[in-house]
Amino acid sequence: MCESLFSLENKNIVVTGASSGLGASIATECSKQGAKLYITGRNSSRLQATYDNLGPGDHNQNVIDLLNEDEIIQYCQELPEIDGLVLCAGILKTLPIKRLSKKAIDEIFQTNLFSSMLIIKTLLKMKKINIGASIVFLSSISVYHADIGNSIYSATKGAIDSFMRVLALETAGRKVTCNCIAPGFVPSRMLESGAIAQDQLREEEKKYPLGFGEPVDIAAGAIYLLSDASRWVTGTILKIDGGVTLK
Amino acid sequence: MSLEEFIELFADELDDTEVNHIAPSTEFKDLGEWDSLAALGIIAMIDEEFEVVVTGSDILKSKTISDLFDLVQERM
Repeated sequence: MCESLFSLENKNIVVTGASSGLGASIATECSKQGAKLYITGRNSSRLQATYDNLGPGDHNQNVIDLLNEDEIIQYCQELPEIDGLVLCAGILKTLPIKRLSKKAIDEIFQTNLFSSMLIIKTLLKMKKINIGASIVFLSSISVYHADIGNSIYSATKGAIDSFMRVLALETAGRKVTCNCIAPGFVPSRMLESGAIAQDQLREEEKKYPLGFGEPVDIAAGAIYLLSDASRWVTGTILKIDGGVTLK
Repeated sequence: MSLEEFIELFADELDDTEVNHIAPSTEFKDLGEWDSLAALGIIAMIDEEFEVVVTGSDILKSKTISDLFDLVQERM
């Protein structure tokens, strides 16, 4: 084991969805722990902002459209062998079930779920996931805590939890660990898109015994799961939610 | 888009309120079946039909159907 249990020195770590919110924070914090980052996102200027915030080191950034399978495969081909993969790319559309469209369903599933499955499958096939690597998925407490308008988002996150557990079994032989983080509500860009009003946010915060979290609270969990400190932890769903699911 | 068309779309979004029970002056939050899910449906309908974004607080601030119609018109 590395001298510092939580160090990410000498680890190549890929973070998808790094152009905003939790993904950006996870990338930044991992770089501070010494990792070499490979970050992706769909928005080039915001991805550049994340890149500029990374700690010292020779990092890489790539703009990828996760709706485009060819781009995903091409990206995997260009990656080196990796020690960590954090799948943060995700979109949220708040729609009552009767207003769902096939287009919305496809877009959310492709971004939140299918793209991650394809990245993992491709990297495994290309033998680019090192022995002892860690794969971390961003799930959500919405899997268990239903909220109106959230059906497809929650469904993708529930599917991620199930997929993660099978992946954990299939990769355990090579000491790869696979886990999910289920964050509570962390105000971030995805949630500030306008659909949720500020007064609603204040009401929501009252439900959180510890108040709302910050992106760094989620990043701290990711560092643990990516570090050697968690080498015997696999198949878990780590809730980081300020206690909101206690009630 | 006319106010009448807007009222039809609004009524269509609701399950159990007939279009002829809705007038421009109807205070929609007083409708028997109005709830947060109905509000989400109206927000989604306005987004899809008019490509206009209204938020939960816009809905809270609007009283009548015609208030909401005016808001959508302003943003088109």
